[in-house]
Amino acid sequence: MSQEMIPGAQALLRVFEEENVDVFFGYPGGSVIPIYDALYDAENVRGVLPRHEQGAAHAADGYARVTGRVGVCMATSGPGACNLVTGLATAYMDSIPIVAITGQVKTNLVGTDSFQEADVTGITIPITKHNYLIKDPHEIERFPDILREAFYLARSGRPGPVLVDIPFDVSAGPVPWVERNIEALDGFEELAVPDDADIDRAADMIEAAQRPVLLIGGGVVHAGASDEIRALAEKCSLCVVHTLMAKGCFPETHPQSMGMPGMHGMAYGSYAIQHADLLIVIGARFDDRITGDLSRFAPDAKVIHIDIDAAEIDKVREAQVGIAADARIATRELTQAVSARDAGEWEAHLQQFKADHPLCFADEDELMAPQLVVSKLYEITEGRAIVTTEVGQNQMWAAHYYPLLEPRRWCTSGGLGTMGYGHPAAIGAQVGRPGELVVDIAGDGSIQMCIQELATGVIEKLPIKIIILNNSYLGMVRQWQDVFYSKRYSGVDLTGNPDFVRLAEAYGAVGLRCAEREQVVATLEQALAVDDRPVVVDFAVSKEENVFPFIPAGKSYEDIMHCPLRQTQ
Amino acid sequence: METQRTLSVLVKNRPRVLARVAGLFARRGFNIDSLAVSTTEDEAISRMTIATTADPPTLKQIAKQVQKLHDVVRVIDHTEQKVVERELCLVKVRVERTQRPELISLCDVFRGDIVDIGNGGVIVQIIGDSDKIDAFVDLMGEYEIVEMVRSGKIVLDRGAQG
Repeated sequence: MSQEMIPGAQALLRVFEEENVDVFFGYPGGSVIPIYDALYDAENVRGVLPRHEQGAAHAADGYARVTGRVGVCMATSGPGACNLVTGLATAYMDSIPIVAITGQVKTNLVGTDSFQEADVTGITIPITKHNYLIKDPHEIERFPDILREAFYLARSGRPGPVLVDIPFDVSAGPVPWVERNIEALDGFEELAVPDDADIDRAADMIEAAQRPVLLIGGGVVHAGASDEIRALAEKCSLCVVHTLMAKGCFPETHPQSMGMPGMHGMAYGSYAIQHADLLIVIGARFDDRITGDLSRFAPDAKVIHIDIDAAEIDKVREAQVGIAADARIATRELTQAVSARDAGEWEAHLQQFKADHPLCFADEDELMAPQLVVSKLYEITEGRAIVTTEVGQNQMWAAHYYPLLEPRRWCTSGGLGTMGYGHPAAIGAQVGRPGELVVDIAGDGSIQMCIQELATGVIEKLPIKIIILNNSYLGMVRQWQDVFYSKRYSGVDLTGNPDFVRLAEAYGAVGLRCAEREQVVATLEQALAVDDRPVVVDFAVSKEENVFPFIPAGKSYEDIMHCPLRQTQ
Repeated sequence: METQRTLSVLVKNRPRVLARVAGLFARRGFNIDSLAVSTTEDEAISRMTIATTADPPTLKQIAKQVQKLHDVVRVIDHTEQKVVERELCLVKVRVERTQRPELISLCDVFRGDIVDIGNGGVIVQIIGDSDKIDAFVDLMGEYEIVEMVRSGKIVLDRGAQG
């Protein structure tokens, strides 16, 4: 039987079809022209054209976060591929499954400094789960399987971005087509299940604990373990704190939710951890934004740590029981193994923490506090939006004042902290879930890092809402300079911002402005009524509002700085 | 306690695999004291022997991080294993004719071989575990060492297990 030979570009599109990729985010260029030519006739997949490759990577990331599927982005060789780097690093830090397809110069030119050549597989080794350059004959022979392997690796185990670098002559030239057999792929593994003895030990520890706290992270989103987490929490009367990544995995309005702990977390969540005698950590990795000074973090707590990535266990904080397994399976087994318990006296303490340390901000007549804008957004959207954020104060206020009830409604760059992420992520989210309300909570600094994607939203008729909390500052840096550098505001003044309303209109989007607190709701309602194009709403918020609570970097939960309002009460 | 420990990393014989492993050490702040890479009994697999200075938890973390790389087949931690360890060293020393007998007898004690003599320079080859080589190199300090190269250690666990 003779082997079927097809152009590499056709093989790529066939694998897209196998993987149910019906949309990707890509920007053409010389080295990917054969792929775009094949795309011209393709019926089952289309490319969304961002205006910068960084937008493509973030859009694929947003798409992946809200759909749970692998997001796909594409760029040409050299500068195009280099522009994906920030997006790949963002996805890598947050374990988001992306397949990035990059063009490369012809195989005989690789390594010769040819036009638009960059060593993209070299550049992206530290920020991808794995990457491939299809250059040698044995790689070209396996081309369809390498593509399948890329998708498999991106979504399996601890998910993450995978890059496939395809030279022009490979996508233009013939490759052998082989049928799909996932289980035969290099690297295929069964889902990791926990050891029974470890589950039993963990159950014993929960039963023996007086002050247990369940800390959940982004792994719960990836594993789809929200229902299992809730069952465990309710069976054992566990209070639940979530990392920024796990927002929505446990309903934030649930009485057992103690919010988000950490640097800008709710003080009551931080206090719960600080007083805990047992931390049950599922799909979280003891990031420094959660722990602060490690030596003073949860000093009395034993640790049960469940993570799909064995390397996370004992990496930062030693676990008395470490379970390297899928969060959903492990949580389910743990819930079955453990006996029901009530919260006992701990419950009263927790409620006291909550009562003593609520979030607060200055809600005064003449001010339009940024927190007020987010709160009103929450009220009038009844918490049903998919929220993306930029990075900085806007991100923390979104985390504080837009509580979520479900996972996969939250896109934020938690690990890398990438300004410019939220807008393209909102585009990806809206493409992935067209019927949903998608809102990007932005700052006037961040939004300008990927502002060009307004064109994408307009062409694609995406009714995303971009809420700019405009204080004409790089607010988070200004806050640090305020608190630690005697208000020596250096390099943070964004005087010279464009007129965002006219900018939106120039792109064909809707621009709205609100400078008075009485108009917040009406303006938001006006924005929500638009259903065929992006809306940019420029809220002129109070300029020097700080995010509280605030634990300075490297300090501990004992050093929480509260909202000044509370201190004067 | 921070001491030198050895890992063997079995990797698929693929482009960039050395960069992936070495880059991981660099970006996570792990030391590489020595590195030897070679083919193995299986032509699809290469073996990297990496000596690193680390305490036990750090070594465990290194091993787990390396194991995650897609092209890594297996990581073997030789700590607390009975091993055969060898390293090869070539030392070029400048010696006068009159010093040669003394040098030859030192080489005999360490089972070193003189592999080249010419024009005032002598190259000595010595094979052994790293301590032995360190001791020999110290001794050569009494002469003028012109240049020196070490292969990096290679290690196999004793016994029948692979």
